[in-house]
Amino acid sequence: MNFFETRRLTKAFGGLIAVNDVTFQVQEGEIYGLIGPNGSGKTTVFNLITGYYPITSGQVLFRGKEMNGFPTWKICKEGVGRTFQIVKPLRRMTVLENVMTSAFCRTNSATKAKDKAMEVLYFCEMEKKIDFPAKGLTIGDRKRMEIARALATEPKLLLLDETMAGLTPQEQAEGVELIRKVRNSGMTIIIVEHIMQVIMSLCDRILCINYGQEIAKGTPSEVANNHAVIEAYLGKE
Amino acid sequence: MEMFIQMLVAGILIGGVYALIGLGMTLIMGVMRIINLAHGQLMMVAMYITFALFQFFDLDPYFALLVAMPCLFLLGVVIQKYFLNPLLKIDSVIPQNQILMTVGIGIVLTETIRFIFRSDYKSVKTSYSTATFMIGNISWNVPMFVAFGLAVLLTTGLFFFLLKTDTGRSVRATAQNKDAAMILGINAEWITQLTYGLGAAMAAAGGTLLLPIYYLFPDVGGQFTLKAFVITVLGGMGSTVGAIMGGLVLGVAETLGATYISMDLKDAFGMVIFVLVLVFMPGGLKTLTKV
Amino acid sequence: MKSKYAIIAAIALLVLFPLMVGSDYYRHIFIIALMWVVIGSSWNLLAGYTGQISFGHAIFFGVGAYTAGICTTQLGISAWWGMLLGGPVAMVFGFLMGSICFRLRGSYFNLATLAIAEILRLVAKSWTSFTEGMMGILTIQTFRSKVPYYFLALGLAGLCVFTIYKIMKSKWGFYFVAIREDQDAAEALGISSFRYKTYSLLVSSFFTGLAGAFYMNYMGFIDPDVVFSLYYISIMAILVAILGGAGLIWGPPVGAFIMVLLQELFRSAFFGMAPKWVSNAHAMAFGILVIVVIRYMANGIVGDWPKIHGLWAREKVIPSATSGN
Repeated sequence: MNFFETRRLTKAFGGLIAVNDVTFQVQEGEIYGLIGPNGSGKTTVFNLITGYYPITSGQVLFRGKEMNGFPTWKICKEGVGRTFQIVKPLRRMTVLENVMTSAFCRTNSATKAKDKAMEVLYFCEMEKKIDFPAKGLTIGDRKRMEIARALATEPKLLLLDETMAGLTPQEQAEGVELIRKVRNSGMTIIIVEHIMQVIMSLCDRILCINYGQEIAKGTPSEVANNHAVIEAYLGKE
Repeated sequence: MEMFIQMLVAGILIGGVYALIGLGMTLIMGVMRIINLAHGQLMMVAMYITFALFQFFDLDPYFALLVAMPCLFLLGVVIQKYFLNPLLKIDSVIPQNQILMTVGIGIVLTETIRFIFRSDYKSVKTSYSTATFMIGNISWNVPMFVAFGLAVLLTTGLFFFLLKTDTGRSVRATAQNKDAAMILGINAEWITQLTYGLGAAMAAAGGTLLLPIYYLFPDVGGQFTLKAFVITVLGGMGSTVGAIMGGLVLGVAETLGATYISMDLKDAFGMVIFVLVLVFMPGGLKTLTKV
Repeated sequence: MKSKYAIIAAIALLVLFPLMVGSDYYRHIFIIALMWVVIGSSWNLLAGYTGQISFGHAIFFGVGAYTAGICTTQLGISAWWGMLLGGPVAMVFGFLMGSICFRLRGSYFNLATLAIAEILRLVAKSWTSFTEGMMGILTIQTFRSKVPYYFLALGLAGLCVFTIYKIMKSKWGFYFVAIREDQDAAEALGISSFRYKTYSLLVSSFFTGLAGAFYMNYMGFIDPDVVFSLYYISIMAILVAILGGAGLIWGPPVGAFIMVLLQELFRSAFFGMAPKWVSNAHAMAFGILVIVVIRYMANGIVGDWPKIHGLWAREKVIPSATSGN
């Protein structure tokens, strides 16, 4: 049994097929990369996994359980956490309250939720900013808070959607460090990313898609040397 | 059967005028993404202007259109410029504050008119108010027939403006994507004012056309606001073609409902249709036509 | 800490009020204001905290009031039974409304609530055999003195504000605000927005229904145009909350007292000191107030208080979930 897998995942928006027959398996504890040029359907794959869009055909299986048709909130309860490419902070709440809200996923007690939130915020090194209103955070802190919020729901699988986009090199390095730390705590991660350096240094295996279809699969070095991938990114000679 | 056709005709005629009122609201909905809950009240103001012109200058209601529409256009521009647009800059817990603002404006308009004209019922009795003619066995009410004709004319004019003029195209562009329109150099601020003005002028036309057959009192606006939003949602918010269909459907539903079910509940039919449409056809009638 | 003493002082003042003030007129104004504390706070729970702007809270007020009235006219029992039944019956309507309206977002939701309130008003008007129609329902008040009603209203207001305060400190409160801030993000955090919106609506409709039942018992007369009124119930509820401060626990209570006092000032033409035409202008004043509040006090008196107060005090204000700044 695979820890997480999709089988022939397909999504059509009217006549446009955004994701076409995508199949991949993720093993427990690994970091799996999902790459592809702009508009290739990476975020759509995430939105299908997390139930934002109904699946046209195919299956999503998490720990052997089919999750097709589950509402978004239930998928979170099942243990799949995610961040958004365009961050979605709860603007009028503080950082602590943002993270507490997600900690309530596993508890009904406000004290326990607060303890959990503080633990996660320390882990993400945001403990100095707990009282900041979320709307006033820098982009780097917002992305970090997204990760903290996802972690506080105590997921088994974490989906990270372009958490490095728009960050300074310094922040990127810190981000990579944080993701490593998350993985070392035993988390399985699927990561969508544009910045190749990040992907290459973090991922155990990579799936590259273009126009919603798989074009290459394998270890970072295999994918990086794949013809189809180079063509998709740089165009044909 | 004859009765049914008679009612159908009456429903369609009044529906044409409803469509005019609904179009105004739809235009505002399309560009500003807000429901104008002062719409019927604007219409009521136009009706009083027409009434005053008739009373004091003996001006025929149809000629009063030429005064009432520009007046309401100006009123609309002022409302948009000084009351609605400034709200866009406020970060509020309640995101619908523009809608609430239109409620406030509606109340003030009603009360201002009440102050000037008192609460009692007025009517404009013209020589043709009750005139009818017959085609086959169906009788046609003359002012309703004229109103329908003028409504069609004004609607055509509005479509010509929206489809064929540069300003009209700017309005449509702003409705589709305000930010993109601004980048392309469209003065969105002015377009919103123009749209609200146009919407108000359409409502004014609807009100004036109804005047020869309707009683007039300050609170008449409220029920027309409700009708207008029913039409807007019925048609699919922001769809002009949908609004025309919505107007006709509402007119027919009201007339038939009043005849065959209950006169007292006449105003409730629109609401019931409205809720049913919201639940079963959230995109409104336009989902049927794809316009 | 200072605010804690202010609250204790305000509560003490409210408890002692009917003992200090003998005038039935002022007692009446305070009873109505306390009733509006309940309605405004209930609206605030659903709209200010959960972000679902209802334009139809008259649904629950009217249903509560009619439940109490119909207890007498149809069942032949005391209208006080309405105080028991009004809340639950309003909750049933809340549940139905939620299952229809929560599928809709934004303006669609606002309008659907408004439309349902209008439908109920028209039904109450025309279903004469059940609701007495336009005649309205007349009952005989139990107490001649205002004092029992005063303490009942105070108890209701206290219970309502305290319940909402407790809710907002709990998981529900966090979830409500999360839904208001970003429904998509909330779903990703494991929050069923439909379920928690419904919880919020149920609590909100319960208290508004209680307020309606209280109104029937206290006034002894209701008719459809009063209790299902768009302007004087649904919009007034919004105004009470926004004037005081939407999304703030003390917003609606402050707003309720100010709104009711202002209305009364106009209705009575400034207690007879102003010329008589002023009393005819109270609806106008209401409209102008809507415009001014929305234009200049988007966060309400309580919400913008730091701004006002900040002119001479330099206290740092930390916004939090329960103060939704």
